[in-house]
Amino acid sequence: MITHLKPNSGAHVGANNSVSRIMWQVMFALMPATAFGLFCFGWPAFNLFVVTLLSALFFEAFCVRLRGKAVKPVIMDGSALLTGWLLAMTLPPWAPWWIGVVGSGLAIILGKQVYGGLGQNLFNPAMLARVALLISFPIEMTTWANVSPIILASSPDFIEGLRITFLGLVNIDASTGATTLGFVKTEFSQNHLLTDILKDNSNFLNLIGWTRGSLGETSSLLLSLGGLWLLQQKVIQWQIPVSLLLTVALLAQVFHGIDSEHYISPLLHLNSGALMCVALFIATDYVTSPNTATGQLVFGASCGLLIFIIRTWGAYPEGAGFAVLLMNSATPLIDHYIKPRIYGRDRKGKPLEIPKS
Amino acid sequence: MLSFFKKLRIRGGVHAEERKAATALPIVNDFPLPKKLYIPLQQHVGKAAEPVIKVGEKVLKGQLLAHSQGLVSAPVHAPSSGIILDVNDYPAPHPSALPIRMIVLETDGKDEWLKTSVAADPFQLDAEEISLRVGAAGIVGLGGATFPTVVKLNMGRENQIDTLIINGAECEPYLCCDDRLMQERAAEIIDGVRLMLHGMGTKSAVVAIENNKPQAFLAMQAAAEPYVQIKVMQIPTRYPMGWDRQLIRYVTGREVPVGCRSSEIGVTIHNVGTAHAVHKAIRHGQPLLSRVVTVAGGAVNRPMNVEVPFGTLISELFAFCEVNTENTARIIMGGPMMGDSLPHSSLPTVKATSGILALTTNELKNTDEQPCIRCASCVSVCPAGLRPLDMANNIRINQLDAAVDLGLKDCISCGCCSYICPSNIPLVQYFKYASGEVMARQQAQHKAEQTKKLIDARNARMERIAQQQREDELARIAAKAERERLKAEQETAA
Amino acid sequence: MYVLSAIVSLTLLGLFLGLLLGVAAKYLKVESSPVVDELEALLPGSQCGQCGFPGCRPAAEALAEGNAPATLCPPGGSALAEQIAALLGIDLDLSEVKEPELLVARVSEDTCTGCTRCFKVCPTDAIVGAPKQIHAVVADACIACKKCVEVCPTECLQMHPVEVTLRNWRWAKPQAVPVQALETGGNAVC
Repeated sequence: MITHLKPNSGAHVGANNSVSRIMWQVMFALMPATAFGLFCFGWPAFNLFVVTLLSALFFEAFCVRLRGKAVKPVIMDGSALLTGWLLAMTLPPWAPWWIGVVGSGLAIILGKQVYGGLGQNLFNPAMLARVALLISFPIEMTTWANVSPIILASSPDFIEGLRITFLGLVNIDASTGATTLGFVKTEFSQNHLLTDILKDNSNFLNLIGWTRGSLGETSSLLLSLGGLWLLQQKVIQWQIPVSLLLTVALLAQVFHGIDSEHYISPLLHLNSGALMCVALFIATDYVTSPNTATGQLVFGASCGLLIFIIRTWGAYPEGAGFAVLLMNSATPLIDHYIKPRIYGRDRKGKPLEIPKS
Repeated sequence: MLSFFKKLRIRGGVHAEERKAATALPIVNDFPLPKKLYIPLQQHVGKAAEPVIKVGEKVLKGQLLAHSQGLVSAPVHAPSSGIILDVNDYPAPHPSALPIRMIVLETDGKDEWLKTSVAADPFQLDAEEISLRVGAAGIVGLGGATFPTVVKLNMGRENQIDTLIINGAECEPYLCCDDRLMQERAAEIIDGVRLMLHGMGTKSAVVAIENNKPQAFLAMQAAAEPYVQIKVMQIPTRYPMGWDRQLIRYVTGREVPVGCRSSEIGVTIHNVGTAHAVHKAIRHGQPLLSRVVTVAGGAVNRPMNVEVPFGTLISELFAFCEVNTENTARIIMGGPMMGDSLPHSSLPTVKATSGILALTTNELKNTDEQPCIRCASCVSVCPAGLRPLDMANNIRINQLDAAVDLGLKDCISCGCCSYICPSNIPLVQYFKYASGEVMARQQAQHKAEQTKKLIDARNARMERIAQQQREDELARIAAKAERERLKAEQETAA
Repeated sequence: MYVLSAIVSLTLLGLFLGLLLGVAAKYLKVESSPVVDELEALLPGSQCGQCGFPGCRPAAEALAEGNAPATLCPPGGSALAEQIAALLGIDLDLSEVKEPELLVARVSEDTCTGCTRCFKVCPTDAIVGAPKQIHAVVADACIACKKCVEVCPTECLQMHPVEVTLRNWRWAKPQAVPVQALETGGNAVC
């Protein structure tokens, strides 16, 4: 006689999936864009990336230990690593090391663990940290390194890279500049017209990511490749990215159509700043986005609207972080009002009426 | 146009790995008759049947052992000939294995049938007569719900049913007893369908078969060819396509309102196995005595579909199928999605037993629970349109009322959410626990109210008695005073 | 001057609003029965004393004063505890509370003398019988107050745990148990 006492309810079989698998899939999808970013911005970027990831792991372990839980399984689920990774991707590549450490601390402690850990947070940890850093350290967070591929002799070598990351950048003006969006915003403030401003701008370079910008956010092409793979793997759903990008593109098209000298084109919107990264990897964060397909459409479209508004009329050249945080706070509300219809009931939850035949 | 879209729509569901290939074999008919059969008196929804035999009595195969009680109930018959050994409590095929009343039958090996008469042409019979015979044969829904078929037939006659759906979806992984039944006994099933149509006075029937069973579909289509009123259709393979309400919506485009039976919107649904049982009962006068059971799983060396008499112990079935008890990690009655685990194998097979699975650890879902990451997979797979993650979170912190508001009572325990959950949260068990707890609290509340009434009644009675005593006392004192007064008067008069 | 006018106007505003609140409190007062009465109405009223108070009214008073936990009443169970907590507006952590084992009185037929003492004390008339005849307990009406056990001269009345049957069996709440513990614990009963 075989005996197994504990009553077990279905389902006894399961889909072959796990939290850590999802996390690793997202990290895998981030790899091409990250590798390209590291290649473009050289050793300092590499140092910053490593520092950010390691400190994210450290803070996670620290918090888990404080709560008296086993550290290893929590670290192994990959969520802290992913948070650190996403944060590193949104940092200026040559930022000093402590930006990475403080950012990871903000993301893991304030963004995640104070809410109770994985799955409990209201805001996307990486975006929370990024926005907090941007407001607290505006100089460090807007010093954008020139593209200086790791293979070029003129780029900082390993030792020089260490010096930049850990001792600070000496010759700021020679090796840094503004991002496309930042440049456009400054020029607009001096009443220049868009055709003049963008005469040196290349859409192709923007697309592949050969431009100044955050560590892993510059290459729209590689980011969208990673995102498409995630969609194909069904890790993320199409609703948020599509509605977000579509809203930005449509609004940009409308305004660009009305006044092409003062509103940048949809193509430039899609190709620059954090838009691709946010649409595919940040806004699609499970924990902080709505549960239903309709809710996700609303969420994505609202994010897009906010991004466009901040970019076009706001004080900051890039508004993706703010937009996502604002919509994160609206997620519980969206989930409260947009819910699936229960079988046999109407939208209000009342039983359906028997149709008269 | 609108109805066209509505019709095609299947909500939620998962495509679970089928794992049916190993069992896709012809039905085995030569299962050795067990020495003892443990026949529960309740193998159906409703009231338990009441025994009509005595211990020590000799019974023939097909003889009535216990008759049905009340409107929703079903009788139980002897699956073979032999002697009644005992009528007592034995462990039930249920996750708790708590005892229920069973009849123990010692078989004599002769398998001697009780002589019965059958109508030459059942289509000459009244519709009521068909229902009556189906009820007397102890037929219940063999898909697993075990609702007495006669009740459904009667409801079908009372309501205007335009479509009878025959459920051949068999969407659970591993199980393929219905698949084999349709391939091998298609003509008998179709005959059963015709009899059911006659019994309900319904004009048309649709046999719905998932498109992963092409051979069953072809066999059924060939068998249904001569009858225009029976249509055989293929439906997409997607669990839980066999959920009656999902199937009704897919086939007819109608949705059954919450709290209603499908007959109220003009549809009735029966399982293919039930149709086959109806055929046997009406054409051959054989009550429901056995069924085809799928025995499968990684620990089974000879997986098969086998016809077993009710009351056969699972352990005997396992011995016949050469189950490796060493690496059996879990025994499941039914399919792996909705079935419940059984604590051991010394339990009988019953009318609801569509399959017995002996799964190894590798086949089972990982139970290493992780925090919910709100991935909402459970929301997108829920065929009932619920939000399992929110319900489970509320139940975890004992907010049962909130869970009920979120639709706990509309949960069908299909297991899709548990299946898909990347954090391995036992969602269905949360819902089963909460439903039980809500029910228990309602009962407790009811009892508290009753208690209060009893106490009030008692207090009132005590008060009344005390009042009565006081009045008696007063009356006695008054009488005494009266007597003394009279006495005094007499004295003064004298 | 500005300072003075600010002080005067704010003071006047404060006085006016305060007056308004006072008037509203007086004329728009919601009639509510005292909380003790409401609590007493919730409690079973069997005066069984299992809570440690001499009856339901004293228990309700203790609850209202905050001297007793919302979970004080064993016959009421967690359902009652939730109602009390809702009425008093306090947080209730039921996970800490152990569900009391449900008991029911049963008469041993061998030793019952039919003395009728038990059914005189039973608050819910759950004991039936006549003088010099064996008594029986109606299980559905028994609230496990144990009063009958105390008065029974032959100790034939005993409390027994309510038997779990298929009718009242329920799924347990899932607990995050490590896999190893599950496997070793699995063979304890068979």
